[in-house]
Amino acid sequence: MLSAAIIVFRESFEAALLIGIIAAATRSIAQRSRWIVAGIAAGLAGACVVAALTGEIATQFDGAGQEIFNAVVLGIAVVLLGWHNIWMSAHGADLAAEARQVGRSVGEDGAELSMILTVVALAVLREGSETVLFLYGLLSGGEATKTSVASGGALGLLMGAVLGFILYAGMLRIPMRRLFAVTSTLIVLIAAGMASRAAQFLIQVDLLPGLQTPLWDFNAVLPPDSLVGGTLHALVGYDASPAGMQVVFYVATIVLILTGMQMVRSARQSANH
Amino acid sequence: MQRLLFALLLLPGLALAADLEFSLTISEHRFTPSALRVPAGKKIKLLIDNQDATAEEFESHELNREKVIPGKSKSFVFIGPLAPGRYPFFGDFNSKTAQGVVIAE
Repeated sequence: MLSAAIIVFRESFEAALLIGIIAAATRSIAQRSRWIVAGIAAGLAGACVVAALTGEIATQFDGAGQEIFNAVVLGIAVVLLGWHNIWMSAHGADLAAEARQVGRSVGEDGAELSMILTVVALAVLREGSETVLFLYGLLSGGEATKTSVASGGALGLLMGAVLGFILYAGMLRIPMRRLFAVTSTLIVLIAAGMASRAAQFLIQVDLLPGLQTPLWDFNAVLPPDSLVGGTLHALVGYDASPAGMQVVFYVATIVLILTGMQMVRSARQSANH
Repeated sequence: MQRLLFALLLLPGLALAADLEFSLTISEHRFTPSALRVPAGKKIKLLIDNQDATAEEFESHELNREKVIPGKSKSFVFIGPLAPGRYPFFGDFNSKTAQGVVIAE
């Protein structure tokens, strides 16, 4: 029961933190909760499918299928998060101003809403598929009873969700004006961390050179499986011993998204004058 | 320029150079060998054969690797080039028993 709780907690809390941030970042968009819930449901369904297909996925691309699949999922999430930030830098001010105005048409925010759904679904799918595999292994191993696996899993999921909710509730205390700055900074860093992770997957099947491996090693100082290390991993993409190429991806993602946001902002300013 | 051309000519040869391969077997949720000696400073292809019926996740913080090996299947993961030292790894789905270490020397 304990091992089920620990693994489920570890996998779910990363997704929960991301969902908490997305929920805070989009709080002024009407009906966004429904889309987040739909994203979680789609992600869970997807996780079961991916877990069931693990064997098939793994044998694709000469045994690099799992890594390519993960890298693509992460890549899509990076693009969507970047797009979200750029979209927000154009519309964030309007949204803040209109926050109390009820009845913004969904049409206007349609693209943003589908972005929310997809990003949440991808995050849940990635963390969830491993959890499903693990729980399945526990059950078929015969040592654990169904009740103990289910209760352990539920406990872990609950703890993960509570942490995500605490982060969300904490962010809601930030004044609206500053909230966008905080969430968009976090989203840039999360996207950068995902890009670095995608690079790591490609390096481990030798599709991408690692450059210097590792560039540094903080495993002794701040282990990635500690609560602080894990939280930093989820929030800013902390990696205790990254390859040089991962750092290149991390920095490039930050630069690209910030440049996009800046361009949209200055285009908007010149349009207003 | 000549040196650059020479280097470029060498590149395909490097890519074709046989990977240094080492094998790990997972059975009864344990790794064999549990201590794997590999040369330092070289990229290594680690072949992992999971003979158990259930999936295992080969994971190592020190090696910065994480890969699910489905039950009854073989897979691989590249590691290194490593500085001399000990790099513990474990099976995330059965970490009580599935423990091992790569020793680069």
